Amino acid sequence: MKCAYLLAVHSLGGRTAKKAANSARTDYNAGMLDVVLEVRDLRVLRGERAVLKKINLRLGVGQYLELRGANGSGKTTLLRALAGLLPIESGGVVWGGAPLATDRSAFRSESLYLGHDAPLKADFSAVENLHYWIGLRRPLQRHEIEAALSKVGLPVAAQLRPTRQLSAGQRRRVSLAALLLARVRLWLLDEPTTQLDADGQAMFAGLVAEHLRAGGIAVAAMHAPLAPAPAARQELVLAAA
Amino acid sequence: MRHFGLLLTRDLRLAVRRPGQTLLPIGFFAMVTALFPLALSPRLEELRGIAPGVLWVGALLAALLSLDHLLRDDAADGTLEQLVAASESLLSLVLAKVAAHWLLTGLPLALLAPLLGAGLGVPVTAMPGVILALVLGTVCLSLLGAAAAALTLGARRGGILLTLLTLPLAVPVVIFGARATKLVIEGANAAGAFYLLAAVTVLALTLAPLATAAVLRIAVE
Repeated sequence: MKCAYLLAVHSLGGRTAKKAANSARTDYNAGMLDVVLEVRDLRVLRGERAVLKKINLRLGVGQYLELRGANGSGKTTLLRALAGLLPIESGGVVWGGAPLATDRSAFRSESLYLGHDAPLKADFSAVENLHYWIGLRRPLQRHEIEAALSKVGLPVAAQLRPTRQLSAGQRRRVSLAALLLARVRLWLLDEPTTQLDADGQAMFAGLVAEHLRAGGIAVAAMHAPLAPAPAARQELVLAAA
Repeated sequence: MRHFGLLLTRDLRLAVRRPGQTLLPIGFFAMVTALFPLALSPRLEELRGIAPGVLWVGALLAALLSLDHLLRDDAADGTLEQLVAASESLLSLVLAKVAAHWLLTGLPLALLAPLLGAGLGVPVTAMPGVILALVLGTVCLSLLGAAAAALTLGARRGGILLTLLTLPLAVPVVIFGARATKLVIEGANAAGAFYLLAAVTVLALTLAPLATAAVLRIAVE
């Protein structure tokens, strides 16, 4: 049996501070934020076993949620359930005020899930892969793709080689470029830094910070905390009871 | 429509990068058909009688050979997950997959059939009919095969299961298709058989993509 609890909420962004300054009733509002993603009492089964139960989350604009927990504690399950790849047994997910159970269309176009492995065709180059992958979400120009790949640190020569010849870290960088190109609000990331070198880790932290500054939201399953930690960071520890 | 085009060109481009995998069914079809005259008899009158059966069974088995890759590659590398998470409807994906499979397998088989048929004593006048019957039949096989491929995605050794699942579904296609081909070769009126073959294909076109799309959503779990 597993249960989950919200450990700490450090979520006092600029907006809440402003509220506190201009109203006498702010005590009531203190700690409230514009909730974009809300998870209420989520329960997910794998077979007969409840891998996740009583998961509650509230994430607002510019917030970063780190999922922590041992192997098998349900981090991937939570991300996949949010992405709509696993059925939800009970409880609900609300995106922008609308429950996903009734309408997923906005959530689909505003979120991107990245699993353990980058969904790349080994015979295609990084540029081709992104053209066919993210190109389904919005039409892409070739120079946009190349710019994104350069930004995540993939050398120009490696951008045109079949991805079967790339290292695991380079493949991971290609999927980070997909995040940039997709221009979605919510990032759902499953251990995004595992194959990255030290430079890559720092680069990834920079991407997340930039995404949050632009009003994005990121949920990431991590084994080591993201460094430097974003200001608006929450942590959810999934653990065996 | 843009989705369909993008997914179709993706599959065609991938096929060009993997010529061995792409040409395998066509080579298989040519081999099987060419073996019959060697094993039976070189006399065209005799071969003409079995030509419809040989062409259809050969085409069916060749189409089955390539079905295993239809969805399994996308499922294995995570592409399917991305499509399921991002798309409201998987119909354009299914139709693009079927179209790519048919363009790479069904159409070459249909176009190759007259050539191979000539070796089995099929008269030149029957060639258009032979092609038409195989075009209709292979479209249907691609559609049914996609549904079966989606159903067997979860199975660890899905290849054999896929074959066992598709063959019974393909029975009407083979019956009407071989019948139409036989009548065409004999120079008789084959309209009835063609209508039935077309009806089966239209039925598959209506139902199979819906079923495949529904199954794919469950398959990624």
